[in-house]
Amino acid sequence: MEAASDEAIARFENVGLRYGLGPEVLRDVSFALPKGSFHFLIGESGAGKSSLLKLIYLALKPSRGLISLFGNDIAVTPRQKLPALRRRVGVVFQEFRLLNHLSAFDNVALPLRVSGAKEGLVRKHVSELLAWVGLESHMEARPPTLSGGQQQRVSIARAIIARPRLLLADEPTGNVDDVMGFRLMHLFEELNRLGTTVVIATHNMQVVERLGHGRLLLDEGFLTVKPPRPIPDPAATGKDLISDGEKKALAVAEAAAVADPFGNFPGDDETFGDPASLENYL
Amino acid sequence: MFKFLLRRSDLPLDRDAHSQFLPWLIAFMVFLAVLAMAGMLMLNSVAERWDQGVTGTLTVQIAPSEDSSEDDIRLRAALTVLASTKAIDRYEVMSDSRVLKLLEPWLGGIANSDELPLPRLIDVELHSGAVLDSKQLAERLAAKVPGSSVDDHRVWLERLVNLIRTVQTLATLVLVFIAFATVGTVIFTTRTGLAVHREAIEVLHLIGAQDAYIAQQFSRRALSLGLTGGFLGLILGVPTLIGIGFLVGRMDGFLMPGLHLATYHWVIVGLLPIGVAVIAMVTARLTVLRSLGQML
Ligand SMILES: Nc1ncnc2c1ncn2[C@@H]1O[C@H](COP(=O)(O)OP(=O)(O)OP(=O)(O)O)[C@@H](O)[C@H]1O
Ligand SMILES: [Mg+2]
Repeated sequence: MEAASDEAIARFENVGLRYGLGPEVLRDVSFALPKGSFHFLIGESGAGKSSLLKLIYLALKPSRGLISLFGNDIAVTPRQKLPALRRRVGVVFQEFRLLNHLSAFDNVALPLRVSGAKEGLVRKHVSELLAWVGLESHMEARPPTLSGGQQQRVSIARAIIARPRLLLADEPTGNVDDVMGFRLMHLFEELNRLGTTVVIATHNMQVVERLGHGRLLLDEGFLTVKPPRPIPDPAATGKDLISDGEKKALAVAEAAAVADPFGNFPGDDETFGDPASLENYL
Repeated sequence: MFKFLLRRSDLPLDRDAHSQFLPWLIAFMVFLAVLAMAGMLMLNSVAERWDQGVTGTLTVQIAPSEDSSEDDIRLRAALTVLASTKAIDRYEVMSDSRVLKLLEPWLGGIANSDELPLPRLIDVELHSGAVLDSKQLAERLAAKVPGSSVDDHRVWLERLVNLIRTVQTLATLVLVFIAFATVGTVIFTTRTGLAVHREAIEVLHLIGAQDAYIAQQFSRRALSLGLTGGFLGLILGVPTLIGIGFLVGRMDGFLMPGLHLATYHWVIVGLLPIGVAVIAMVTARLTVLRSLGQML
């Protein structure tokens, strides 16, 4: 039990959630996210996927049960320690939630600035990451002037800029075509390979079937965990849906990512406040 | 003005329409505070001077008798009593011409000591710090010299000083009221800002911003608006003060000695805008922290 809690990035025990006096939206939810795991969170609309993610990124308190994040029991963690936990979680919100008065650059820079990174570092890493997601020519654009897919990439860049240990994405492929959907999934797999634990809520069963990762299945507030399956056709990881030109770009991006995922962050000690666990993470 | 305080902000607070009026309101309050504070300081020095000038002096008066030859005997008897009183430092019989001058407002310039029986007046000065029961002295004098009386200046001057203190208390109340009004206005403005930017604040919060990080954006803004308004108020208030000082200076300095501002008074008045701006900054910070404290 203790060992499991040490290894789990997040752990739920008999968690229940109700909004106000309404019915329980989540009931007796128990699961653990092992370090480095990749899960799809699936269920019908209204099943409680967003609510479950909100509990993990500490936007909501459970009505009952135990939630522990990075080994911290949330119920007994002092409030002023929660921001440090939140900084280790990257979130791609269902509705992006970009700040419309800030440029794409400043939006992506937020997590670094919030954790007190030096401006020089912020400049370097944000420009690199925005270039990496193909938005180098839109750095100064404000979100309302960007297309849906571009906004999505800004929001993904913001979620991963501070190199989170846990990445939560709420229907990140909801507003894009299949090709873009697979490209984004590929990006998440890339991050996962670099050590980030990933949970993606999605309706896109085609993606879920093809990628074969573990699944968290929500039905009427109850959660079932399904283990990863072997991919039926290893070649069909989505890359076949991408044009040759895009494949090339992806390969370049991939190479860059492996060589220097999101740049080295000398300011990481400040960002995470705990260099030892940062090493663990990498 | 003071835009340097807003180098970079994650929240577009500088575009908030609801806070545009804040500098003007603060300017008005600082204007009032400058007048109240200056009035208080000036009256303070007046009261202090009166207090000093008046304590330790009194006047003994001996009414003229029918037979003017007796007057000198009575005067000498009174002086003996005064000489034997320990608290008294020195005394001096006023010359007739000075007595006449004091009576002039009532008698007109026609008075002449030959035609009119004049009272004898003795200026008495006490040892500094000595206390004298003027009633007791009056009784002792009256026993030896019927028709004598003691006029203790303190009684009526104390009343004037009390009046001044009351006015000062009112001025202090005005200052306290201004402080409360500033706090209330800033709380209102900050709460409105929190409501307007709720979504952005929530995103910052979820990204892992400490409460202090978010509060700082509001408090910096409040400081900037407070300084702008404060110095605007000072710029309006100082010429008003100088104008009032000019008018007062043209009046006779008889009743209002020292009705002017000393250098350190000007310093205190000049610090008012900074004080108000700091109040605004701290209020904004506490308001935001309190509100964020309710979030998970
Ligand atoms: N703020 C709220 N107040 C009250 N009820 C809510 C609130 N948010 C969600 N709910 C309810 O909780 C249930 C689960 O909602 P949730 O948004 O978690 O579903 P979801 O699985 O993310 O749906 P979708 O796939 O459409 O995004 C729904 O019945 C919804 O009505
Ligand atoms: Mg949802």
